[in-house]
Amino acid sequence: MSAVTSAQPPKEVDAGVSFVEEINHLLYAAKGNPINTCIQCGTCSATCPVASAGYMDNSPRRLIAMIRAGFKEQVLKANTFWYCASCYQCTVRCPRGIDIAELMYGLKRYTVWRSEYQEGLIGPSFSETFVKMIVRTGRSYEPVLATSYLFTYGLPEIIQEAQTATALMLKGRLPLLPARIKRLDNFRRMIRKIIPLGEPE
Amino acid sequence: MKTYAYFPGCSLEKMAYSYHQSAIETTRALGVELKELEDWNCCGATAYFHVDELLAFTLCARNIAMAEKEQLDLVAPCSGCYKNAYFAREALLHDPDLAEHINEALAEDNLQFAGTSKIHHLIEIFAFDIGPDAIKAKVTNPLKGLRVAPYYGCQILRPRKGKEDVERPRFFEDIVAATGATPVEYLLRLRCCGGALIITNRMAALSMVRNLLECAVRARADLIVTACPLCQVNLECYQKQVNREFGTELNVPVIYFTQLLGLALGIPPKRLGIGSELVAVMPAIEQALRTEPAPAAT
Repeated sequence: MSAVTSAQPPKEVDAGVSFVEEINHLLYAAKGNPINTCIQCGTCSATCPVASAGYMDNSPRRLIAMIRAGFKEQVLKANTFWYCASCYQCTVRCPRGIDIAELMYGLKRYTVWRSEYQEGLIGPSFSETFVKMIVRTGRSYEPVLATSYLFTYGLPEIIQEAQTATALMLKGRLPLLPARIKRLDNFRRMIRKIIPLGEPE
Repeated sequence: MKTYAYFPGCSLEKMAYSYHQSAIETTRALGVELKELEDWNCCGATAYFHVDELLAFTLCARNIAMAEKEQLDLVAPCSGCYKNAYFAREALLHDPDLAEHINEALAEDNLQFAGTSKIHHLIEIFAFDIGPDAIKAKVTNPLKGLRVAPYYGCQILRPRKGKEDVERPRFFEDIVAATGATPVEYLLRLRCCGGALIITNRMAALSMVRNLLECAVRARADLIVTACPLCQVNLECYQKQVNREFGTELNVPVIYFTQLLGLALGIPPKRLGIGSELVAVMPAIEQALRTEPAPAAT
């Protein structure tokens, strides 16, 4: 919680673009208003089910204040956006029309591109595992995803997860084999038009 | 008979197969046909949008383009698939450069996006296209005395899509009432279930699940109904873990709204996939099914 008080004064950004401008550019495509229009009313934090339960190190309101004050390092290392569940309650209630949930998505992408997120978070590796899986098969497959987070769990959690998985398996609700789409070659060529891909193993 | 292109999404293949079964059964009973897209792909969920938005839009556009080829509107039973497809279509419609870029990629699979197919959530088909009155007219087993908590979750309503009341929606209550059951009023019906945090921040998600379940139980709900596979899994399959972590004794069944509808329409529970839950459903519904036996087939 002392991220701001113990912080160094914000550094100048090389390219002459301030951090808040960078973030506003991230939100360029969103329909909402830029974060400069925030009045710090705190509706976002009060309405956020994760922040109000005490799981975020910096609430959405505070994060926006930190962005505007140029606390770049502290913002990128916050857990706020990785703990956003995309419920969009902040977005629909913001009296200034800022798309706060989209801001959280923007910050996730920004930190994934730069590999600059807080250590120990499951979100980034989970997302990357997910993307690799989709690029490979076109469909989601739960057991592969489990490998991206189970290693972070302690033994009691692993046992509980195993019990849940076993119960689901007995009810026929867990897939034993990954599904794939039919036109996978076309699908992969389509993806290569968007992003360069390593050749499939 | 009205026909829609149906995009079941990855969850409905296995984890939420009962949602798929009951969606097919109930739409058929109410004169709507769901025609599955022949080679749909994952919508990208939330995880894909965390990494690359352009590629995430492309994934959604491929599904939409397949529906357009069939000249049908697209229906998704999963709130995440629905929200992603809805906003991908909006983004492509409002940004011709983006659409051109993505269409170049779609051409690799002989597809094109033009924006001719609209996107609907499955519950909208029941709430607005069919409507509660037409449902009521087909009900043979009114679920009298059953107290049902409709759980909206997030992404059907949010972000705004220009038509719904995001603070005081009633369409889910209306569907529940059409089955003869009593819709339970409870505070957290629009509150998030935790979504994918169940993986990325387990304790935060479990605490959110706990609050929701306790709120519905305090309002004397016999049963919770959802319209999203992730909500169902979080609220139902993680109840044991909630009980373990918080010392609660929650044991409330959570089913899909299509399963509730199917019961009222006289479809046998087994054909609706009832029985695949981790929290047994039959004890909660048995009385409602018994007190109002189906009229003899004539």
